[in-house]
Amino acid sequence: MQSSNMINYDYSVAKLFTIATIVFGIVGMTIGVLIAFQMAYPELNNLAGEYGTFGRLRPLHTDTVIFGFILSGVWATWYYIGQRVLKVSMAESPFLMILGKLHFWLYILGVVAVVVTLFMGITTSKEYAEFEWPIDIAIVIVWVIWGMSIFGLIGIRREKTLYISVWYYIATFLGVAMLYLFNNMEVPTYLVTGLGDWWHSVSMYAGTNDAMVQWWYGHNAVAFVFTVPIIAMIYYFLPKESGQPIFSYKLSLLSFWGLMFVYLWAGGHHLLYSTVPDWVQTMGSIFSVVLILPSWGSAINMLLTMKGEWQQLKENPLIKFMVLASTFYMFSTLEGPIQAIKSVNALAHFTDWIPGHVHDGTLGWVGFMIIAALLHMAPRMYKREIYSKKLLELQFWLQTTGIVLYFSSMWIAGITQGMMWRATDQYGNLAYSFIDTVTVLHPYYTIRGVGGLFYLVGFFMFAYNFYKTMTASKVIGEEPQSTSPMAA
Amino acid sequence: MFHWLEKNPFFFAVGIFVVIAYAGVITILPDFMNSARPVVGTKPYTVLQLAGRHVYIKDSCNACHSQLIRPFKSETDRYGMYSLSGEYAYDRPFLWGSKRTGPDLMRVGNYRTTDWHEHHMLDPASVVPGSIMPHYKHMFSNEADIETAYAEALTVKKVFNTPYDEAGMPKLGTFDESKKIVLAEAKAIVDDMKSPEVKEAFAKGKIKEIVAIIAYLNSLK
Repeated sequence: MQSSNMINYDYSVAKLFTIATIVFGIVGMTIGVLIAFQMAYPELNNLAGEYGTFGRLRPLHTDTVIFGFILSGVWATWYYIGQRVLKVSMAESPFLMILGKLHFWLYILGVVAVVVTLFMGITTSKEYAEFEWPIDIAIVIVWVIWGMSIFGLIGIRREKTLYISVWYYIATFLGVAMLYLFNNMEVPTYLVTGLGDWWHSVSMYAGTNDAMVQWWYGHNAVAFVFTVPIIAMIYYFLPKESGQPIFSYKLSLLSFWGLMFVYLWAGGHHLLYSTVPDWVQTMGSIFSVVLILPSWGSAINMLLTMKGEWQQLKENPLIKFMVLASTFYMFSTLEGPIQAIKSVNALAHFTDWIPGHVHDGTLGWVGFMIIAALLHMAPRMYKREIYSKKLLELQFWLQTTGIVLYFSSMWIAGITQGMMWRATDQYGNLAYSFIDTVTVLHPYYTIRGVGGLFYLVGFFMFAYNFYKTMTASKVIGEEPQSTSPMAA
Repeated sequence: MFHWLEKNPFFFAVGIFVVIAYAGVITILPDFMNSARPVVGTKPYTVLQLAGRHVYIKDSCNACHSQLIRPFKSETDRYGMYSLSGEYAYDRPFLWGSKRTGPDLMRVGNYRTTDWHEHHMLDPASVVPGSIMPHYKHMFSNEADIETAYAEALTVKKVFNTPYDEAGMPKLGTFDESKKIVLAEAKAIVDDMKSPEVKEAFAKGKIKEIVAIIAYLNSLK
């Protein structure tokens, strides 16, 4: 293999997206902590008139985190990994450089439009697809530019075989493109009638069909933003940071194609006991359980990559983040299928156990992996060592504690809620009025808020550490082979 | 085969697309027409109700309230008859929600009144002690967007043949005709309300968001 030092990789776009990842992470998680505390202390809804209520902020939280923090992270790593595994520098093609920068700035414009419209309450109401049609069009353009970037770089590659991470990036690109297009089919009302707000639109699908398409999208947006590109990252960064080869190529193959084949069925588990056809619900349930196989396949492949090298877990905080990320991935992909079993879902659906599940995946798996990825990239992009290992260790334990507080409190809250909703007295009447099932959750909502706050504080520590790494840390001469250099 | 695919990005991408796309086709298409059919007696929303639905969406009420009653005794006891697919035939978008921080609202029109909603939106805890719902005082000062609601109704009539203006169905007519119908419908609600702000505005022909959303909530049965 050619030495990576011979090609002068251009990280200007990767650096832009890295900054965006950290900024949107701070914004999205801060809103998240605020709305978490709003559920424990409702007066916090009144901080900014109609613009500060839970209803307005909840989509802002989810969208800033998913499409701001996570997508920026995906793109930061793509513009880093892509060049290195394809053995070609973006600087070799002025066209790709322009495309990359255009990608970034159009995307930032899109995010600004999203933030402004969501504050104003301009939303289609569909979860993670709240944006009205003009923004949808902008998003499609940004996405197409990214596609051109991927395939453009692949087109001029020197390494002919596509590395596993590239498979996952291609899948992310195709999957989200398909899902987004079909779920956002809508008719702009102004164009049809010439009346009302010009940005307003109405969904092409109604009722049960709308729900089917939305959760086919909703679940798989999770798949193709929270899972697929994050696996792309760990397949590159874990072997690089640890200096160990991937445990098994065959296991990678099985996990990749298995995941692609099975994932798109699982949307039905969001609609159990709803009015969609029974067979769709049952298939959704079954395929969700089957999904354990490819998910654990990837995770086990990662953990076994560390075989014989477990001392690194003690010595290198980046390995800590990645190993715990894989572990949370296993945890989350076991919990999900359990919730997708019909009898469990009857209890869990509509309760706080669901956001609990989402967050052990996003905070533990996605968040930790992105943090580790950016930290691995930093010494290589900025030619400086990581500013502080101590701070990183502290961040790791603070955030891990935060996640544990988060999911454990939401387990209890969700199951309590579900049990109380169905509880009956000796005569078969409902035992609790709805408000009883709300007030009982106050302590758990508070604990969850504190857990989220821990994670947020940890993220601020990360942002500080990263900023110092960029600006004030010791300059390093040669690019490190594996373990990222860091000051104590 | 896999080694070959990994050297041929185009076919690799085609392969991925086929493997991910088939499931959507199989799950969504076969029952599409069946699921689009309304239950007998289901009517599209009037323009005022639609304007209220827009307020519901604007403030993301669906972030905390579901509109889907599952077929369990504990749910039918609490919320009424379980949901039928055809009841949602005119819901664009669907508003099932995915979290019940507050109770289900699918049939809230059966057991809550205009008066109850008015008090509840001003100060939820005054009606339901312990409630963690925020107040929605801004609905008493913001005006409902009747024009956009009319535009949406006309759009679905034209594009999806939603049966407005048919026998026994809500009347749409021209925008001017529609405005009169909306005012008459709003009057019935304003008469049941106490807020002087809303009443004064209505006397000047203005409809506040709170009036529209109550019209919508009352229609949920």
